[in-house]
Order: sequence, then structure tokens, then C-alpha cells
Amino acid sequence: MGYAYYPGCSLHGTAKEYDMSSRACLDFLGIQYRELPDWSCCGASSAHSVDHTLAVSLPARNLTLAEQMNLPLMTPCAACYSRLRGAHHALRSDPGLAKKVLTVLGSEYKGRYEPLSILDVLYQYGPEAVGEKVTKKLKELRVACYYGCLLLRPPDYAKFDDPENPGKMERLVETTGASAVDWPHRTECCGASLSLSDTKLVVSLATSIVDMAVRHGAECIVTACPMCQANLDMRQRGRTKLPVYYVTELLGLAFGLEPKRLGLTTHMVNAISLLRAKQLA
Amino acid sequence: MNHLNLSRYEGEWLSFAQTVEAEGGKKVLSCYQCGKCSAGCPLSFAMEQQPHQVMRMVQLGLSDRALQSPTIWRCAGCFTCTTRCPRGVDIAGVMSALRVIALARNVRTSRRAQAFHKVFLSLIKRYGRINEFELVVRYKLASMNLFQDLDLGLRMFMQGKLKPPRGIAGVRQVRALFRHEKGGGKRSGLRLLPGLQLTRHREGV
Repeated sequence: MGYAYYPGCSLHGTAKEYDMSSRACLDFLGIQYRELPDWSCCGASSAHSVDHTLAVSLPARNLTLAEQMNLPLMTPCAACYSRLRGAHHALRSDPGLAKKVLTVLGSEYKGRYEPLSILDVLYQYGPEAVGEKVTKKLKELRVACYYGCLLLRPPDYAKFDDPENPGKMERLVETTGASAVDWPHRTECCGASLSLSDTKLVVSLATSIVDMAVRHGAECIVTACPMCQANLDMRQRGRTKLPVYYVTELLGLAFGLEPKRLGLTTHMVNAISLLRAKQLA
Repeated sequence: MNHLNLSRYEGEWLSFAQTVEAEGGKKVLSCYQCGKCSAGCPLSFAMEQQPHQVMRMVQLGLSDRALQSPTIWRCAGCFTCTTRCPRGVDIAGVMSALRVIALARNVRTSRRAQAFHKVFLSLIKRYGRINEFELVVRYKLASMNLFQDLDLGLRMFMQGKLKPPRGIAGVRQVRALFRHEKGGGKRSGLRLLPGLQLTRHREGV
């Protein structure tokens, strides 16, 4: 068994630490995966704003490639997750569209497996089982789990957790010994791809999210989306700056993996100094 | 809002709503103006026309107003509205559908957002994947927003996050998907600046 691993474009670029830490965690836990050969862009953030069919056909190419491997497709990126799930849903519920798309691709799609987030995979592995592998407890680290949008919404096809009151990320993060703070902005929007075209807006959204985490006692934020991480990390302008980790970076750290191997040195807000102060790195 | 003579739009209203639904704006005619979408929208503070008002424009067939509204480009696609709508309207889907129609009809508003999406798709068409370095450079040229974030770019370069683009083996198959795009994919070869052609490869190769 195992999974077809779909990194997506960001993980080969600005979010390379998410790729590094995801692979490191999967390797460490002995979860089998193979990178989807010759994968292509899923179309996020733009295809669905330009062409309805393209929004399905771009991710569909990757779905059919994974089906040819007879493996469930898994991605760390929340935006890719959303596009892949949306296309999977559309191909199964809209026969006309499915026929049009699959004819161009020259393949079939039965949709045996639903595309998964790496968080689904870790959660299926089991929070208890993950906890048993922890060798370095991240004690006294107060974490704000930030889900953002696309893991949870729209609930028609993004089904990672409850759309209004999720809790799975907290359960995973708490296996490391860190404590997850209770705070209200867990499912707010960071502004996503408006970061380039409407930067001021994203600065105000990111700053209000980080400030809310600070007010609820968090020392850092943890997320599972390259766009959330980039926007919160680059666009926060509050008085207190918080480092923004990928969930796999914190897990990897708790597994005793080297911070450098997890990519912790490539953040904008220093991601190492908090860990040093807590003697965790 | 000023007085509006709705009889002028008679006949058009249903067809516009149907076009929006066909582009993925599910159940727009079901909206009963409760305003829950606008109340929960994280970006409503930056919108002159609120999401529920845009829904009403679509229902009434006020296509010009809806397509020219900056609201449709302010929507970040977070789906909070869609998740909460008591009538099952896919409000975020309506916003995407309006963006699709606005681009197809060449409605020139929110030029930066439009430039971003065009550059984004032209890169998928060229390489099969997005190269973020080229995305940012081309977006800057297209939007004339040259000097923003140079400090961040430099740091990312030093961290090895900005790499030269590389095409995938199956790029032809990806390009074939663009042939279904309205206008046969001609739109992605848009001239955004005089003398700057985004896609140099032959269309439909």
C-alpha cells in the first residue's frame, strides 16, 4: 500500500520546508509514499477564476495519474487538497463534465480513493501512535493551531474536520507535548492569493490573526497550508511577531529530527530562536 | 442606491443568472437576502458592495453592475459564505463565475487581480507547473508593481526558495486541457503591456 505523494508547486519553491518536513515525518513514521511522477499544477489559485472546466481538468490529470498507480493521492498543501477534492467530487457527480475532461486526458477515472491531506494520513496513523514516536516533548510550548479555509470549506468536498469547530490539528499537535491554546481565529481567512495583488488587505488580515493568537497566549502558530504560512509569516505587522510553523515541522522536531533537515532555518520570522529559548533546538 | 427601472432588464435577468449558474454559481436564484454571507465574510470590511448585494444584482440581471463590482475580485474564495448559506447558495462559486464571465467579456476592473490570474495560467500552460519566481517577476511587469517585496524576494533567493523554471514531460497534455477554455485558449496569450507577450509557444501545440 502507501500513497502517491503530490507536493504541488509551492512545495518545490517557497514552501520547500513543508516538503522537507513532510517527507521527514513520513519517513520517520514508516509511511510508504512515492512522488506522483510528472505531476502538474492543480490550478490553484487561478484556474477557477478563469475557466470552470479548467478548474476541474487541471487537477483531474493528477487524479488519473494516481489512479494508474492504484494509490490514494495525498498532498500536504491545503490549496492543492481543495482543488483535487473539488475535481474528484465534480468528476463523480457531473458525468457530462467528466466525459469532456477525461476524453482530452485520454484516461478513465473511477475515483476509487478520495484525495487526502497529509493531516488525514497522520490522523489515520493515529494521534496515539504518533505520540508514541515522540522522543523530545515540546513541553511548555503554547501553540495556536490555524486551519485557515481550504481544509474545511466548502464542506461538500473538503471534509478534513468540522467546518466551524475543528479539533484534529490540536489533537495531533498535543501529541508532541505542546499545548494548543483556545482561540477564535482558527478558521479565518488569511487573504490567500490576494497577497500579491491586494497586499495591504492581506497585511491587515494576517496581522489581526496573529494578534488574536498573541492575545490568547500563543507563542507560535502552526498551519498546514503554504499560502497561510507565507501570508502569516511575511505579512504580519503586529508588535509581537510570532513564528509560523508547518505542523510537520513541529512533529519532526518532537521526533528528534534535526531542525535543519526540517527546513526551520528558511522562515521569515525567525523560527529557531523561540525553540532555542525553550531548549528545544 | 438610486432608483432603478427594472423593466429595462426584463428578459435578461433569468438568462444572466443561468449563465452564472452554468459557470459554477450554484443556486444563485435561491438567495433570499438574509445577509449571512456578508455578516461572516472576512473581507466584507473592504467591499463597497456586500456579497448579498452582488447576489441580488445577479438575480435581477444587473450584469454590468455585478461584473464591474470590485467585490468579485476582493473575494478570496474562503467559502465561509458558502458553508453558512441557509439556502445552499454557493456564494463563493458565484463570485468565481462572475470573475470567469468578466474576463471572458473583457470587463476591465481590478487590473492587478486580473493580471495575477492571467500570468498564473500562462505559466501553467507554458511549463505544466507554476514557477513562483517567474510568477512574481511576470506579475510585477504586468501590473507595473515593480518594487514591492524586493526584500522578501532577496531573502527567499538566499534561502534557495526561488529556482529557475523547468517544464514537465507531460506539458503537451496540460496544454491540450486549455483548448477547452473559452476562446480556444487565445486569452492566455494576452498582451498585458505593449511589447510583452506572455506566451511565446505556439497555441495548442
